[in-house]
Amino acid sequence: MAFDEQTLASLKETANTIRKDIVKMVAEASSGHPGGSLSAADILTVLYFNEMNIDPNNPQDPNRDRFVLSKGHASPVLYGALAEKGFFPKEELMTFRKINSRLQGHPSKKSLPGVEMSTGSLGQGLSVANGMALAGKLDNRDYRVYVLLGDGEIQEGMIWEAAMSAAHYKLDNLTAFLDYNHLQIDGRVEDVMNPAPVDEKFRAFGWHVIIIDGHDMNQISDAIQEAKSIKGKPTMIIANTIKGKGVSFMENQVGWHGTAPNAEQLAQALEELNGVKQND
Amino acid sequence: MTKIATRDAYGKALVELGEKNPNVIVLDADLSKSTKTADFAKTYPDRFFDMGISEANMIGTAAGLATAGKIPFVSTFALFGTLRVGDQIRNSICYPNLNVKIAVTHSGLTLGEDGASHQAVEDISMMRAIPNMTVIVPADAEETRQVIHAAAEYDGPVYIRLGRPAVPVVFDKNYKFEIGKGVVVNEGADVTVIAMGVMLSPAIEAAKELEKEGISVRVINMPTIKPIDKDIIIKAAQETKGIVTAEEHNIYGGLGSAVAEVVTESVPTVVKRVGVEDTFGESGKPNELLEKYGLTKEHIIEKVKEIIK
Ligand SMILES: Cc1ncc(C[n+]2csc(CCOP(=O)(O)OP(=O)(O)O)c2C)c(N)n1
Ligand SMILES: [Mg+2]
Repeated sequence: MAFDEQTLASLKETANTIRKDIVKMVAEASSGHPGGSLSAADILTVLYFNEMNIDPNNPQDPNRDRFVLSKGHASPVLYGALAEKGFFPKEELMTFRKINSRLQGHPSKKSLPGVEMSTGSLGQGLSVANGMALAGKLDNRDYRVYVLLGDGEIQEGMIWEAAMSAAHYKLDNLTAFLDYNHLQIDGRVEDVMNPAPVDEKFRAFGWHVIIIDGHDMNQISDAIQEAKSIKGKPTMIIANTIKGKGVSFMENQVGWHGTAPNAEQLAQALEELNGVKQND
Repeated sequence: MTKIATRDAYGKALVELGEKNPNVIVLDADLSKSTKTADFAKTYPDRFFDMGISEANMIGTAAGLATAGKIPFVSTFALFGTLRVGDQIRNSICYPNLNVKIAVTHSGLTLGEDGASHQAVEDISMMRAIPNMTVIVPADAEETRQVIHAAAEYDGPVYIRLGRPAVPVVFDKNYKFEIGKGVVVNEGADVTVIAMGVMLSPAIEAAKELEKEGISVRVINMPTIKPIDKDIIIKAAQETKGIVTAEEHNIYGGLGSAVAEVVTESVPTVVKRVGVEDTFGESGKPNELLEKYGLTKEHIIEKVKEIIK
């Protein structure tokens, strides 16, 4: 079901705010990963601001929905969403990657409320999400578990071990997103180590697969609703995305995986993001 | 003072090696720009394999290449080239004693801003505990160059631990690296400081400062952690009042432990360890982290003085 105009505009505005925070954070730190953070901003926005049952005032609620950022280098997008949601003061975003900060280069569960799992070493998050989903089943809780994977990340063998287990244990309370932006560090995923056909692989592993435009709020939300209705299998939402989405000079550029913008580039990025109209 | 990152020296040495020896093959796991294997990839594209983000697969593939007489150098960040693939290294490389060189970069706290998830401070301990594995930590660019060539000539598994930031150049072409040998870089009679990797320069500086206070410090560079140079350690234990070790690694299982093992079995001597005190690191600038986690010249000086008094 499509969002009404007002909800859609508000979600787009939130995503845009998070994008601005991403580039500001990375610029301030002179370090970090803007590309893969920007590509996931719309997915996290729908999850955190429309879908997930989470409460910043009760971050350990046993019934809360869980989100695992398996591609932990995209920490800026998670921090942006958590701050906007009220898990910690927004000013703290500017401490990202600095010494003594709670905002570690990669998310640290022990240091920051709202971070469900420490990640950063790629390929491990899907197994952890499986464990959370299994626990939900054991405890008869109806929370849902979400996990975001990178398209380079799924080259890790552990992802496929986890894919097999999720289907084997019929984890229909688990929904995974693949941030299919076609870039990793050494180049295009197709050139480095081609994971395609991703949809057929996950189907063959026993998953329900949905393919969407990962920057379309309605499609993201519809896919989440569809996943909830599927019984007996986990769902993989393959989100076609653009790495660096929203900042013209970062879009589809492999060089912006882990590079910080300088002052001038930051100004340009913010100018572009400030110019985004919410009702386009 | 000239500063060069050991990973940069590694990238250059690999290209030299590629020309010298057609059996040298390089594998990387989507970090070739950071590990500097990209230079080799450009020069010898047919002998370079990007395995994508699949470190365990990379280790196994290297083992297979080695069974056919190739000399694979595998590179990624230290954490993903050791802790991520411990069993694969043990069972597919060390147990059959295959000729694979694991040359990793971004080791220790000085990896910096990426934080604890990426900061390997346990790798030496782990690599040292696997039979057949040789463990080497070069301290500067020239030593790295020589280590890479020596590793290629040596038949068997070698772990080479390299770093991200530029570090002072200590050695020139006259320096001679030999696997299994420590090197006295500063003569001294009161206390011995044994250092590896990025801690060598602070150790030399500490000795200079202590000299001004009338304390004579022998500084030993210990690039090979395994097999460790027992003779040079025993001699230091006999001739000086005690030993301070300095390493960018957990104090459990690294250089300090290796040195302590040698002296307790031969010439029981006090050994004080400068290193990461069994804790995870965090995000920050390399120098801030070395300061916060107790890995500076000042910390070495403090330990030397504890032995003197
Ligand atoms: C196990 C492991 N190996 C290597 C890395 C280094 N690394 C960080 S990000 C990255 C590329 C990730 O690409 P992708 O999954 O496509 O992420 P995205 O494009 O969404 O940023 C690599 C290799 C890591 N963090 N963990
Ligand atoms: Mg990608």
